[in-house]
Parts: sequence; structure tokens; C-alpha cells
Amino acid sequence: MSSRLLLPAALRHYAGDLREVEICTGTLGAVLDDLASRHPQLERRLRDERGRLRPHVLLFVDGVGVRGGAPMETQVPDGAEVFVAPAVSGG
Amino acid sequence: MGTTIVLIGTRKGLAIARSTDDRRSWAMDDLHFSNQEVYSVAADSRRDPPRIFAGVGTGHWGPLLTYSDDLGQTWTEPAEPPIGFPAGSDAAVERVWQIQPAGAQQRDVVYAGVEPHALFKSEDGGESFALVEGLWQHPHRPSWEPGGGGACLHTVLPHPSDPGDILVAMSAAGVYRTRDGGASWHPANRGIQAAFLPEDQRFPEFGQCVHKVAFHRDRPDRLYAQNHFGVYRSEDRGDSWTAIESGLPSNFGFTVVVHPHHPDTVYLFPLQADGERFPPQAKCRVYRSENAGDSWESLSAGLPEDAYYGAVLRDAMVADAGNPGGIYFGTRLGEVFASRDDGDSWAMIAGHLPDILSVRVAEVA
Repeated sequence: MSSRLLLPAALRHYAGDLREVEICTGTLGAVLDDLASRHPQLERRLRDERGRLRPHVLLFVDGVGVRGGAPMETQVPDGAEVFVAPAVSGG
Repeated sequence: MGTTIVLIGTRKGLAIARSTDDRRSWAMDDLHFSNQEVYSVAADSRRDPPRIFAGVGTGHWGPLLTYSDDLGQTWTEPAEPPIGFPAGSDAAVERVWQIQPAGAQQRDVVYAGVEPHALFKSEDGGESFALVEGLWQHPHRPSWEPGGGGACLHTVLPHPSDPGDILVAMSAAGVYRTRDGGASWHPANRGIQAAFLPEDQRFPEFGQCVHKVAFHRDRPDRLYAQNHFGVYRSEDRGDSWTAIESGLPSNFGFTVVVHPHHPDTVYLFPLQADGERFPPQAKCRVYRSENAGDSWESLSAGLPEDAYYGAVLRDAMVADAGNPGGIYFGTRLGEVFASRDDGDSWAMIAGHLPDILSVRVAEVA
């Protein structure tokens, strides 16, 4: 069973220049742990060394944002699309 | 004749200028790390060619500490994160403010100062770093306040011949020193004023907003400090400090640099005040002392004569090892000025860059 992680242009370099990578299913925390074993440079740009999403990183699982509460407990079901929002703040 | 390489960290990338004619003319690379902030750069000249480091802020995607062994052509990012707080510390590296190779005796030791206030040490040439727990566990740490730029450990000064003796400077926590290689640390701020505190509390044990500290490797007990209002000298490696401000137009600024061959010669780029971060009277001037800060002269030959509003940040001035000495500074207007005659005259070697954060220089045989 698998799902897909959709990457903005700024992050594709860390996944072999792919627009998306296959990810496992389960909690978002487990999904990102698995991602770290295959694409460590990509995963560390989404989470800090505590395992928390970086402050300006926005993830959506099938269109629903995962901010607030316990984002790493969010379920990523089979066939889901996990969308990484591109960076939009800054000058 | 060798090549001189100037590393210019900016708000939106790393510029590299190269000279092969004894610093007379310069060629610029395309910008490295495009659109990413480069707060810290370093050249480890104990290696041949020098290993070049960059502390890159990748915007939303966190900090990156990377290096190049081919003078900037390619950059290495290890599979394992090179720097990060250990599990259980409940902290994350927000920015790498300083990368500092240790003395020649410790060929593979490199230090990194980060935000939040912490020191990391590498013993493998900068491929991986470990938290210096002695400073992180310091009982003062909960009381360390952030400076305007953040809670940064921005200066690391390893003693050139005593591996156990290291000074660090933090905004706004002050100067701390260890003599046992980092196990224990004590504040080293006696005589330094915290001008922003209530009048009866202006000489605290710690909490000063130090902006930069520098020394000459031949005279490691003598330190120079540029503070948030205050320029100081210590003759006892930080045990006590004396103001050296006579003749300066302002005692505010960020950077301080010592001449490569003359421990008595020191350079500043004063700014008017914290609420007015421009050169005094809008004149782009370097101030030089040749008597360890007892008196100062302004240096202007070759610098802009019209009104100038560019500030020089704490790591944006540096000296090379040339003779006569080369002095370089980058401004927040994206211009780099260089002198190849100890500061007597200057020329702009790069312009129209993004806001400059850090400047370092390396020489390659």
C-alpha cells in the first residue's frame, strides 16, 4: 500500500528531481520516518531534529491541512496525496 | 602568485570573488545558494586547498551547514544532518551564525555557533558536529536574552595554542570563556557596560549585548570587542575590559577586525546608534587604530564621498594574511570594499549584490 508526496519545485532536487515520491501509509510521523530513510535531505527540510514540522512548512493530506493539534498523528491512507505547499512568505 | 578568494555571504546567496593578481582585479562567480541566506562562511586554511564552509538558511526548509573542498565548485551535504541538537534537548538549530576552525594543533576540530545560543564542535573536519553540553547546561542559559538578530552564539575564538581555552560571544548574553575544553564556562564581561539596562544595573555579570570580539593569534590574551554601545580592549583574555573609544565618532557598531600582522592595529566600522544604523554623518568610513585603540583615525581614500547609508554587520569585515594587509568589508547595500595597503586606500570589488551578512577570505597557493 502506498501514497504520494507531491513536491514543490524547491524540494525536487532532494528527491532526484522528481515531482513526487512514493510514500508509505500510516501516521504522518511514520510516513516521514520512512521518508527519512530513503530521502534524508528531503525529510530534514520538512521536519527539524525534534521531529516537528518546520514553522513555515505546510502539509495537506488529501487537501486537508495538518497544522495544529498533533500533526504527526494524522493518518495517511492508501492512495492519499500529501501536498507540500511551496514557500510563500519572505521578501 | 596564488589566488585570493573572498567569500561573500548575502541575504540571497553566496558570492565568491577571485583574484589572481595580488588582489588588484577580481572575477565573480555566479551566485551560489540562490535566494538563500548565508549568515556564516569560513575557510579552513589548515587544509590544502582550504575547505570552505557555508551556513545557509534555506528559508522555510531549515538551516544547512555545508562545505566545499574544491573552492566552491561543488558542495557537500552529508546524508546524516551535520549539525543538530541531540534528542531530549527540546531545541532545534534555527541558524548557523559562525563556523570557526580551531588552532593548527587540532587539525580536524571545527566549531560552530548557532541560534538558539549553543556551541557545537566537530572533530572530523566539519562533517559532523556535537553539542558542547557544558555551555548548553550552563545555569545562566535560561536568563540569556536574544539580541536584535536573534539568540545567537555569533563568535568563537579558540586559543591558537591551548586547545582547552575557548571564548564565545553571544547576543545578548555576553562573553564566556572555558579553560577546560568546554566542560565549564564562566562569564568574562567585567568592565563592559550594558547601556540598555537601568542605570544602576549597567555592569552585570552577564547579559551584555556583545556584537563581535577579535584577537591576533600572536597575542591571544589581548581582545578587542565591539558592543551594542561600547568598544573595549582586554589584556587578560576577558578577565577585565577597558573602553577604547577616544576619537571615535560613535561607540556603536557591529564589527571589529585585527590586522593580520600587527596586534596593535585594529579596524572598526562605526554606526551612529542602535536606532540609527547608518555611518555617522552618512560618511562611509573605516576607523583604524595603530595603538590598540588608544586613538583612532578615519580612513576614506577610495570610499564613497556621497551620503552613504549602508551598515556593516558583525561578520562582514575581515582581514587576509597578505603583507601589506588586505582588509575587506561588505555592506547592507550589497557592496564590497577592499584595501590591499593596510586600509590606507580602498576600492569597490563587488557591487549590486544582495544585503551582505558575512565576508571571509582564503588564499590558495
